[in-house]
Amino acid sequence: MAAVAESSARSKPPRPSFGVYVERYGIIAIWALIAIIFSLLRPQSFATLTNLKTILGTQAVLLVLTLGLLVPLTVGEFDLSVASMMSFAAIVVAELSGVHHLNLILSILVTLAIGVGVGLLNAFVVVRLGVSSFITTLGVGTLLGGLSYGISGSVTIGAVPSVLLTFASKLIFGLPLAFYYGVLLCFAVWYVFQHTPLGRHLVFVGEGREIAQLSGLPVRRIRTGSLIVSALVASFAGLLQAGVVGAADPGAGTSFLLPAFAAAFLGATAIRPGRFNAWGTFVAVYFLVTGITGLELLGYTGWVQDVFYGGALVIAVALGRVVANSRVKSR
Amino acid sequence: MDALYVSDLSKAFGGAKALSDVTVSVKAGEIHGLVGRNGSGKSTLIKILSGYHAPDSWGAFQVAGKVAELPLTPGQPASLGLSFVHQDLGLLSTLSVLENFRVGRYKAASLGRIKWRNERRHVTRVLDSFGLHVSLDDTIGQLAPVDRALVAIARALSDASEHEGGTLILDEPTSFLPRDGVEKLFSGMRRVAAEGLGVVFVSHRLEEILSITDRVTVLRDGRNVGTVDTPGLEEDDLIEMILGERVEQSYASSGGTLGGVKLSISHLSGPGIHDLSFDVREGEILGLTGLAGMGHEAVVYLAFGAQRASEGSVTLEGREMAARSIEPRAAIEAGFALLPGDRLHSSGVGSLPVSYNVSLPVLGRYFRGGWLRERVEIGEVEALIRGLDVRPPDPTRILGSLSGGNQQKALLGKWLQTRPKALLLDEPSQGVDVAARKEIFSQVRALATEGAAVVISSTDWEDLAHVCDRVLIFRYGRIVAEVGSDSISEEKLIELCYSTATRE
Repeated sequence: MAAVAESSARSKPPRPSFGVYVERYGIIAIWALIAIIFSLLRPQSFATLTNLKTILGTQAVLLVLTLGLLVPLTVGEFDLSVASMMSFAAIVVAELSGVHHLNLILSILVTLAIGVGVGLLNAFVVVRLGVSSFITTLGVGTLLGGLSYGISGSVTIGAVPSVLLTFASKLIFGLPLAFYYGVLLCFAVWYVFQHTPLGRHLVFVGEGREIAQLSGLPVRRIRTGSLIVSALVASFAGLLQAGVVGAADPGAGTSFLLPAFAAAFLGATAIRPGRFNAWGTFVAVYFLVTGITGLELLGYTGWVQDVFYGGALVIAVALGRVVANSRVKSR
Repeated sequence: MDALYVSDLSKAFGGAKALSDVTVSVKAGEIHGLVGRNGSGKSTLIKILSGYHAPDSWGAFQVAGKVAELPLTPGQPASLGLSFVHQDLGLLSTLSVLENFRVGRYKAASLGRIKWRNERRHVTRVLDSFGLHVSLDDTIGQLAPVDRALVAIARALSDASEHEGGTLILDEPTSFLPRDGVEKLFSGMRRVAAEGLGVVFVSHRLEEILSITDRVTVLRDGRNVGTVDTPGLEEDDLIEMILGERVEQSYASSGGTLGGVKLSISHLSGPGIHDLSFDVREGEILGLTGLAGMGHEAVVYLAFGAQRASEGSVTLEGREMAARSIEPRAAIEAGFALLPGDRLHSSGVGSLPVSYNVSLPVLGRYFRGGWLRERVEIGEVEALIRGLDVRPPDPTRILGSLSGGNQQKALLGKWLQTRPKALLLDEPSQGVDVAARKEIFSQVRALATEGAAVVISSTDWEDLAHVCDRVLIFRYGRIVAEVGSDSISEEKLIELCYSTATRE
């Protein structure tokens, strides 16, 4: 991006306009603003280090899940099965290692392998058979949700090995490991999306599949790979979820689906507007959580989460559309 | 009385003047040509008339004697009697012909029942009057491109003729039409003009302008450089008005020495093609043509693996590939490059920067030390598009913001940099202005001179006559005639295409 800005500075009037900065970083300003407002309203509970750690720590799983989701979204495919895949993975790892006392490493490998398998199933139906990814992953997600209840007997499995708890929740500088995994994954996604040919290829497959095909890109392989990555990352998020919570709840997935999409789409309006991007997603996840945490501390509990995430998703996609329109029109 | 009159129209984008003090008057009953290079202000003028842009200043504006204020609000052009056919036609491909025809025009109250029987009768009558015989229940997607264009035009023509006076504006409607479709269109235009409406016809094809219009307005750099009577106007004079200087209307000439056989197509069969064989020699530019739907347009896609062939083989430099299993990826590796006809659907992504689009096939070059060197990429793309005279030569602009000719030059550059052994082009000059055309064909000739085999599939016979060493004429999926370099002329090609099109 720096290179882009520099080169256009050579041939044309320099510096991106003020509007561009607002577009890219406006969400950070709003984020800071609501954080300040909540701090003033609830100095005792909101503006505390503990609360900051809670916010950063508890939502790391959502961050990881959303980052995986960015890959198929960039390629132009929906993956609505990620959230159920996550809770299914949590159930599987808890069941295998906690209930059946299988070796933990083996349990984790089996869980991740199941993730790859689900990704392959999605890809087979979507890429090979040509069914819409929206419908396919909606079905597969529902199926996985049902299986989670079946395996667990519809109850939360509390027997999660302590090693898994350490793996996810051990505190480093006061923050759980899960948060660092999220940040690492952010770097990985940022690197691939922005600094490798593969990242460009993903964008071309998403924006012009026929063009990508005729330019010699392995379009089917890229689409297949994207669905495998999102399912694999979702199963990793499941491991983290089991470790963070210390239990596996078969119904946990449903409460993650909308927040993940809201964060992905809201993230696409910031940092690199118009593209799904890692740091935009990072900001979006914590922006949304800050808002919700603040409102909960003000006493609006329970229903406020759905209202906030649902509203944010609609506003994010509407905003994205407005931005895209204004760009086309300004030409 | 003028069917359309607008005076002293000005519009700037940023600092750039797109239109300065342009005055245009279209008489009732007249077919009025509007020509100019890409970027001369034609599109801006039309977008102001359709209410998309607001002008910075204007003098007077009226349609068929009705005075109106600019900018026009949505719906206002239609109520004034202005109808448009844009290049993209504005049809919904999943809806039927009837539905497309009547969307927003149903003769029923908004909540009233649509009287389909009446609608059908009305639409059938209109289509018949334009010589269009398609089923009303076919979806637009099922129609041939020619019929699609004609449906859009028939729809606009029928809208236009429902008014007491008014003007029909056709914005490059022939770009996607073969010659026989053009004739149908022209007779429709004449009908509308005969009813006392004005017709504005925008086209890059000067011979069409000369043959159908009564007067022509030429725009250059946002100014009206003259409105002249068409009868007696010579093509060279018109070109001079468009370009501002007299240029030799010639392309890089052929006649280099040809080498041995470079590319062979043998026994190729597929959609629209039966048992086709031909060779292309080193340094040769081969043209494929015919009337629309005769199969010549499918050949380059089949050879490249963009469409699936059922039989045959393709041999490039002695390396044979079974046509059935060619993938674009493998074709590119073997040394092919394809510049598709449908620019923003198959060739480049309009919403992405020029640099992204151009560097796509060679992106690996810029990936060094685990990092995509964007600065190097932009530098090299800039050098490349400067060499092709792309304006503006700014790789960071999004592709869709360039004019058609400049998009095409950039996308040609995308493939030229891979140094292809065989270059395949489909309708390379569609929607491209005269100067850009010249640049494109001289680049193609230069590649051939270096030893590549070039295949151009086109229905622009003027271009083919100027550029090709040899032209094959298709009819019903087979080659029916071959013209060598000494006897290629536009007239000869037209004659062969039409004469062979009549079934024995």
